[in-house]
Amino acid sequence: MADFVMPSLGADMESATLVKWHVHPGDAVKRGQIIAEVDTDKGIIDVECFQSGIIEKLVIEPGAKIPVGALLAVIQGGEAPVAAVTPVPAPVTIAEVPHIHVSPLAKKIAAELGVDLNKLVGHGTGPGGLIDREDVEQAAKPVFSPKTRVRVSPLARRRAEELHVDVTHIQGSGPDGAIEAADIERAVAPHKPSDAMRRAIAAAMAKSKREIPHYYLQTHIDMSAMLAWLQAENQKRSIKDRLLPVVPLLKALAKALRDVPQLNGFWVDGQHRVSEAIHLGFAISMKGGGLVAPAIHDVDKKSCDELMGDLRDLIPRARSGRLRSSEMTDATITITSLGDLGVETVFGVIYPPQVAIVGLGKIMEQPWAKDGMLGVHPVMTASLAADHRATDGHLGAQFLEALNRHLQTPDQP
Amino acid sequence: MSTTDPPKKMTYRDAVREGIRSALQNDPRVFLMGEDVGHYGGCFAVSRGLLAEFGEERIRDTPLAESAFVGAGIGAALGGMRPIVEIMTCNFSLLALDQIMNTAASLLHMSGGQFNVPLVIRMATGGGKQLAAQHSHSLEGWYAHIPGLKVLTPATLEDGYGMLASALADPDPVLIFENQTLYIMEGELPANAGPVDISSAKVRCEGKDVTILTYGASLPKSLEAAAKLAEQGVHAEVVDLRVLRPLDDATIMRSVAKTHRVLIVDEGWRSGGISAEISARIQEKAFYELDRPVQRLCSAEVPMPYAKHLEQAALPQVESIIAAVQNLVRSHG
Repeated sequence: MADFVMPSLGADMESATLVKWHVHPGDAVKRGQIIAEVDTDKGIIDVECFQSGIIEKLVIEPGAKIPVGALLAVIQGGEAPVAAVTPVPAPVTIAEVPHIHVSPLAKKIAAELGVDLNKLVGHGTGPGGLIDREDVEQAAKPVFSPKTRVRVSPLARRRAEELHVDVTHIQGSGPDGAIEAADIERAVAPHKPSDAMRRAIAAAMAKSKREIPHYYLQTHIDMSAMLAWLQAENQKRSIKDRLLPVVPLLKALAKALRDVPQLNGFWVDGQHRVSEAIHLGFAISMKGGGLVAPAIHDVDKKSCDELMGDLRDLIPRARSGRLRSSEMTDATITITSLGDLGVETVFGVIYPPQVAIVGLGKIMEQPWAKDGMLGVHPVMTASLAADHRATDGHLGAQFLEALNRHLQTPDQP
Repeated sequence: MSTTDPPKKMTYRDAVREGIRSALQNDPRVFLMGEDVGHYGGCFAVSRGLLAEFGEERIRDTPLAESAFVGAGIGAALGGMRPIVEIMTCNFSLLALDQIMNTAASLLHMSGGQFNVPLVIRMATGGGKQLAAQHSHSLEGWYAHIPGLKVLTPATLEDGYGMLASALADPDPVLIFENQTLYIMEGELPANAGPVDISSAKVRCEGKDVTILTYGASLPKSLEAAAKLAEQGVHAEVVDLRVLRPLDDATIMRSVAKTHRVLIVDEGWRSGGISAEISARIQEKAFYELDRPVQRLCSAEVPMPYAKHLEQAALPQVESIIAAVQNLVRSHG
């Protein structure tokens, strides 16, 4: 028998609200299976269980706010815990750009009416599935269906009026999603999720700057070899299977960490603990502000295609606030890249209790002297911020050197 | 009886009998009339001993003719007496329905206010004692339909004792429905027990999460359910309606405004029953207080079965009340 307790999903998490059980008493569960959803400062997190067995009892009702470590459920031990089963995410197909068969007039009207033609693909009623004017106008009409009716209890409607709450943007907790008075009260509560995330980031970063003596190194890396390799790789693939530059970058980082493992791990209770597994925390900015850095597991053991699949799955889930508990807690080092925004160098702040953060800048064409010749090369600035309690600059330099080396030989395993 | 005397332990049956005895002692115009109330001591032993104490003039056995003896009661009331007519069970009162509705309830109106009918009719109601379909129904909700009547449903010893005196003091016909499963209920009657109001509902158990509106034999079941729910952290407010006509809207709406969720527990049938009337009034008068649709737990819509397990299954029970409340407070988010 094992206790299933509220996991800590971040250094500064004290409690979370149980949103939903995905299992019932008597259900068989496997290690790694998502069995509950909890609402944390970082959004809704899918919580995985750590042991296989049978759910004997669900102790906590959804809606309750539970401190970290409190008993959530009792699992009757079936088979002994097996090696971590990483759930294989369903591959999300990257939106292909289909050829849209649309009449010129329809195209013009769609632009005027703000109709997304992509959504009409396959629904055209003209010859050969052509999207015509009528289709676009039809799509622009507001749809009235019973589903669009918002169900609100009389009391909730009255409270909403009193508190000036727009009920159309509220998630109801009553039967069939009906909005009840408590939902209105929650909607006006000052505790907004984005505020909570801001506070969590504030706490973690303040702790980091307060406690961790950072040292910083940076180096410029010639990316021509990696980009050439990537181009060659992608030519072999269909559009939807193509790799983004971040994939070989993650691979190179994992290889460099294998060479210099001391940067991959934690500083806990005054001790440096190096991690065997390489789980890269990948910083993802949120649309409403804030960021999360979910773990991409076992990057050193995965193929480029597996990593690409992971990213396709992870990023939309992170942005919609639906991460798994292991993704929230398992990262052994953080990677932050602001290159998309044109930033050349990132000076990272370590996410405690990790001991390092790697910053990747934009890949830019630059004058580059090599073998006595000046040429124009794609160059990226890689930076390292590391915990001086755990490692020294010499080791940090070895890491950046290893990263550079692996990026020059992306085809090597 | 002094107010400092300790409360007396007794059954609901004893309390009703004490109420009748007290009325007989206090007013020479009061007499009791009905089937087997005298020599047999009452079909439910309520009037046992009263014949010996008060004599045949005041404890009168009648033929098995409900229409005739209810009519005689109306005549006696019009003639200045204060009759207590006992009908063995409310199922048999249908034989006297013409007298009750067309005469007792209508006479004041039809006489232009000249003739009021100060008649009290007591009858046993309800199921649960394996008396089958002709002895076990709950018809108090039907009678609550009729203007000109008051309908009382005492569910405590104090009400079983005190409602009779208030009914006798009322100038118009009053029907008292005693649920037959309550007769053996034990409790304490305060030494200073006396007439009680017959106009208001009473909150028997305070709560904030959900209101249970009920009466009669469903009151003790609802209170037991509320106690068990409280252990789960659900605080149900139990309102004893006490009077089904006229309904005490103010007390009902006050509780609805407090909890915003309502379960009506009624041993009567659901369709067209008193539970429907109460539900309708809540949406008329407290619509903007409701956070969930009003729910009802009533008896199964069947003639009451004789077989014990079927009869128990047909009636509202503690377990079904708990389940209904849990469903009413559960979050679906």
